[in-house]
Amino acid sequence: MNIFTTFKLAVRALWRNKVRTFLTMLGIVFGIGAVIAMVASGQGAQAQVKEVFNSLGTNVLILSGGAQRSFGASGGAGSRQSLTWDDIAALQSGEIPTIKYVVPTMSTRTQVASEESNWQTSVTGTISTWFTVRNWEATQGAVFDEDTGNSSAKVAVIGQTVATQLFASASPIGQAIRINGQPFEVIGVLAVKGQGPRGDNDDIIIIPIKTYQQKLDKGLAKYLKGEVLISMVEDGQAETTMAKVSALLRDRHKLDANDEDDFRIRNPAEFAKAQQDSTERIATLLALVAAVSLLIGGIGVMNIMRVSVIERTREIGIRMAVGAKPIDVMTQFLVESLVLAAIGGLLGLALGYGAAQYMASYFGWKFFFPAATAGIAFAVAGGVGVGFGLYPAIRAAQLDPITALRYES
Amino acid sequence: MAPPLIEMQDISRTYVMGDNLVHALRGVDLTIETGSSVAIMGTSGSGKSTLMNIMGCLDQPTRGSYRINGKNVGVMSKSQLADIRGRMIGFVFQSFNLLSRTSALENVEMPLMYQGVSGGKRHERAMAALEAVGLKGREDHHPSQLSGGQQQRVAIARALVCEAPIIMADEPTGALDTKTSFEVMGILQGLVAQGKTLIIVTHEADIAGYASRVITLRDGLIIEDKAQAPVDAAKELARVTAEKEAADRALAARKGERAS
Ligand SMILES: Nc1ncnc2c1ncn2[C@@H]1O[C@H](COP(=O)(O)OP(=O)(O)OP(=O)(O)O)[C@@H](O)[C@H]1O
Ligand SMILES: [Mg+2]
Repeated sequence: MNIFTTFKLAVRALWRNKVRTFLTMLGIVFGIGAVIAMVASGQGAQAQVKEVFNSLGTNVLILSGGAQRSFGASGGAGSRQSLTWDDIAALQSGEIPTIKYVVPTMSTRTQVASEESNWQTSVTGTISTWFTVRNWEATQGAVFDEDTGNSSAKVAVIGQTVATQLFASASPIGQAIRINGQPFEVIGVLAVKGQGPRGDNDDIIIIPIKTYQQKLDKGLAKYLKGEVLISMVEDGQAETTMAKVSALLRDRHKLDANDEDDFRIRNPAEFAKAQQDSTERIATLLALVAAVSLLIGGIGVMNIMRVSVIERTREIGIRMAVGAKPIDVMTQFLVESLVLAAIGGLLGLALGYGAAQYMASYFGWKFFFPAATAGIAFAVAGGVGVGFGLYPAIRAAQLDPITALRYES
Repeated sequence: MAPPLIEMQDISRTYVMGDNLVHALRGVDLTIETGSSVAIMGTSGSGKSTLMNIMGCLDQPTRGSYRINGKNVGVMSKSQLADIRGRMIGFVFQSFNLLSRTSALENVEMPLMYQGVSGGKRHERAMAALEAVGLKGREDHHPSQLSGGQQQRVAIARALVCEAPIIMADEPTGALDTKTSFEVMGILQGLVAQGKTLIIVTHEADIAGYASRVITLRDGLIIEDKAQAPVDAAKELARVTAEKEAADRALAARKGERAS
């Protein structure tokens, strides 16, 4: 019999028992949903770790002012400024040998404008080594050199998104833009980095930090209202560097042994790693759920197909009487279970897609949904359909025509 | 010389029921030529259905040899038997055996699917078969929406649609009233007139009267095998219809008298 006809018969038979068909599918729906959520979240977490490594490298620490995140005595984390420019100079002095670059940064979101249009973006004030630590080069013009970075020149290096928003396809190099109403000259456009966990990496403007303080903040101040990137000479120096930075700052801030730190040092690589570990645990759990659901789903399919074969014994007898060969009968039931599994797989795909999206937003990683995942899910669903539908289908095919015809339901 | 259509030698069929053996057939020899109409008669339990099922390749004998069109059925695989059933034999059962919740048209199309006939051709042939049994316009009805006689006609259309040379009917009128039985028999006789071979199981002498040969079974053996001149079902139907109309007229006349 032609496969298209077989397929039509299968859909019709399943449609006749809508409720039963749907309930049978549930196991497969959840199983496939879990498989997809697992694969997608695993990939999302990996991408996030990679993203952190790509943007910061493996050997960068982030230092910020304010107390550790503990509530109570310190009165609002991060609210107090405690890092002074002298602290930064001390870190830069070479006293701690594992430190390579110390890069102060200040950031805000503000309005920027060109002659043609305006745009809301993130403006960061920093020094030239920022580009080295972030491993980020200009594709047009240039990033600022050490002197410019330390000056209060009104120059800006802009990300590709900003370039597109303000200048469309025209070259921004040498053009004037207004940041917070102040005129700046664009001297460089950064290479495209794409989407990151915190949104669009290319939606950014970099200006010298002194300029930032004078034009976007309240002028030169004693305290740094921002974060400091500390890059290290080699990998694997994070622990010792953190301890030494901490000791140095505690000493400079004259903290007693039982005082809390009034600054915070984070290791993004460590953080990303921890997230990856927790994701792996979730993925393992999901794998377990997927395996169990698929097994239950498969057994459900097998059971329903078995019941269906028994219920339709007479039908099988009639079909055999008019010339259905054992292989025709077997194909019919096999295709039925395959269709059942495939539809279940499709619904599972939708469920998994939703779950993966939810987890992505919950854990703050990039939402991934490669076609390969859908392929895997479908192969698994098909495997379940064929694997668990085979036994009932063979049973149906082996029925004796006269016994089947005489069967009283 | 062409071999006989059906040739059975020493066919026995024994069922095992627990410790007992039931001998449904005990050595039947039977030859049926193409184009004949054969009635198989006998009391209940005499082995009629068993014999028909073996003839129709639905069941296998415990002993003996069976050739259909000269081909030995005993050595065939399940798949080859299915092929013989599909191409050579059209079945009509007492209980119709239509697929429920499936339209008359789809029921009739079904055998063609297994012959690999394409969708368009299938539709065309099934429609023609339904028309041949007088069910034009009923193709979308499901069995539950048809009368017994109409259901049996759908079953006959299904038996016809593959253009099988043999029609086998096991008590085809068993579930039908007398008038409907005549109609169904009329259709079956028409098929014989077209050159098909009809084998019909019945325990009613009336029905057997339509056949040109009557075989009687008792306890799994053929005890009588005689040729006869068949009664014409179409004439019989006309006679019964006329009688009924006369009776109706008489009834109406009497009612009229009483009213006046
Ligand atoms: N599947 C079976 N298992 C056991 N015994 C059977 C089976 N089928 C038929 N028999 C027995 O074989 C004998 C012949 O049965 P068969 O159905 O051929 O009779 P029949 O002539 O068709 O009767 P009826 O007129 O009642 O249909 C009976 O004694 C019956 O009980
Ligand atoms: Mg019988």
